Amino acid sequence: MRTNDVILKTATQLIIFIIIIFSIYVFLAGHHNPGGGFIGGLMTAAAFVLLGLAFDIDTVKKTIPIDFKMITALGLLIAVLTGVGAFVFGANFLTHTFDYFMLPLLGETELATALLFDIGVYLVVIGVTLTIIFSIGEDQK
Amino acid sequence: MNNLIIAPLLIPLLTGVILLFLRKHIVAQKVLSMLSGLAIIATSGVLLGDVLTNGVGSYQLGGWQPPFGIVLVADSLSVLLVLFSSIILVATTLFTYKGLDLERKNYYYYPLVQFLLTGIIGAFLTGDLFNLFVFFEVLLMSSYALIVLGGTKTQLGESIKYVLVNVISSALFVTAVAFLYSMTGTLNMADLSQRIAEIGQPGLVTVVALLFLIVFGMKAAIFPLYFWLPGSYSAPPPVISAIFAGLLTKVGIYAIYRVFTIIFYHHPEITHQIIGILATITMIVGVIGAVAYNDLHKILVYNVVAGVGFILLGLSSFNEDGLFGGIFYLLHDMMIKAALFLLVGAIIAITQTTKMNQASGIIKHYPLLGWSFLVAALSLAGVPPLSGFFGKLALIQGGFLAEQYVFVGVLLLSSLLVLYSVMRIFFLVILGEDRLPETHNSGQIKGLVYPSVFLLVLSFLMGMGAEFVYPYVADATFTLLNPEIYIEAVLKE
Repeated sequence: MRTNDVILKTATQLIIFIIIIFSIYVFLAGHHNPGGGFIGGLMTAAAFVLLGLAFDIDTVKKTIPIDFKMITALGLLIAVLTGVGAFVFGANFLTHTFDYFMLPLLGETELATALLFDIGVYLVVIGVTLTIIFSIGEDQK
Repeated sequence: MNNLIIAPLLIPLLTGVILLFLRKHIVAQKVLSMLSGLAIIATSGVLLGDVLTNGVGSYQLGGWQPPFGIVLVADSLSVLLVLFSSIILVATTLFTYKGLDLERKNYYYYPLVQFLLTGIIGAFLTGDLFNLFVFFEVLLMSSYALIVLGGTKTQLGESIKYVLVNVISSALFVTAVAFLYSMTGTLNMADLSQRIAEIGQPGLVTVVALLFLIVFGMKAAIFPLYFWLPGSYSAPPPVISAIFAGLLTKVGIYAIYRVFTIIFYHHPEITHQIIGILATITMIVGVIGAVAYNDLHKILVYNVVAGVGFILLGLSSFNEDGLFGGIFYLLHDMMIKAALFLLVGAIIAITQTTKMNQASGIIKHYPLLGWSFLVAALSLAGVPPLSGFFGKLALIQGGFLAEQYVFVGVLLLSSLLVLYSVMRIFFLVILGEDRLPETHNSGQIKGLVYPSVFLLVLSFLMGMGAEFVYPYVADATFTLLNPEIYIEAVLKE
């Protein structure tokens, strides 16, 4: 029988957004400050794990109806394709570049193609972590 | 553009990723795996011709100059090995069409094999020591998953041992790389070679060299680090064993060849002598195992160990003939070992047992299978017109030139015992009176024999057309003996 953990559930509903926003911040900061795809992905995964702890795995599956194995595959595909993309510009595999762009709201921003590769890493880390945790967790049934 | 060098690495990686999306579509997986194998054969074939005419090629990842970035280096040895690995991929993929249960195919067999090949090809092509470690891990991770795929009791037991041994050897690898980095400050192999040549390989570097020998020896299964191999290679289904026997130990051997010809070649009287002694004992241990057992898998697995000894002997004699023989035998061994494991897989599918004395008379019902096995067995032992002969001949010449008479004597005697061990299978299981279980029918075996026939035909052509293969292997030998060619190609200004 589950105890009535209303405090945990309410707190989770708030905290989870803070964790995800922080993880995305860390993910984007990776180029100039400590952070990056790996740690950002782990934190995002941690947010989902918290959701799984406060509710249960079925709730998480209902909230995020995605196969995490596909997320891993998608991340790998993105990472490889950013490397292959360099061929289009006649450069070697994994050649990266950056430039400054004027973006609305953000002003002058440095955008690097390394970010695209990092999105791949981010997705792979989320996919792998959650696949591991949820496939172990499911065996309890 | 020389993007050709990275193509053999990218093809299996991309295919593997795409196959992850196609989990439910087994037919698409089969077709794509096959296409990937053929594409790697084509690109590495073109690359091989390119290396022979234009010399060693190097490719800077991300456009960073070595030694600061990672380089891929394509010399004849690595490209030959890439070519032969992809041939084995094609043959084993063909075998899986009928020779692997649907359960395993459903659980990512094909993507795992593609990732395994990514790791193997990456390890062959890389010119950076830490990158070599990473590719070793890529191939090991895939092999962990492949060895346990299916989850039978023996597989679980053996995979624990296999994972444990490889985790330890990987930790040692990192330690060895750390020692070397702290001494030289670089990880690029060409740069390492130059710096060690400058300081003349002092004793401490030799110690690190031996640490590398332990690390790669554990992957390549030399004595006394082979103990994990007999169990783990006989646990998974035949097609996975064939991939392992054809490719995995060979990556360790390649790494030993590479490291001890490019980086640590200044004190061969210590390092190469030790390799020679270990290789000799490996041969002895291998043939003892091969002769001792009555189990088909065990006999083949110990032949893998003996083969490792043969190949490393070429490195130990460290002259043109020895290295030529080692490389030629390595290429031959990859194909023949894969073919033998596939043939034995087919035999086990008929007899339903791995024991030698429980069934016999296969040749009456399956002549193609029987005669293929005979050809494979004779080729393994090195009977003249077949591919095993030229490698061993050159190995023996190299051994005599280096005055390693004891090693050569053991090599000859081991060849005899290797022949005895496989001919025993031929006489007891394939010939003999008709004692097959009732369940066998000729339809189920058809698709299982053709892949091995394909490999045997190639290996036969390699033996008959040794003259055609000769320039490639000779070029590989030349590069190994003259590391400045390699260094020049990587660090060209």
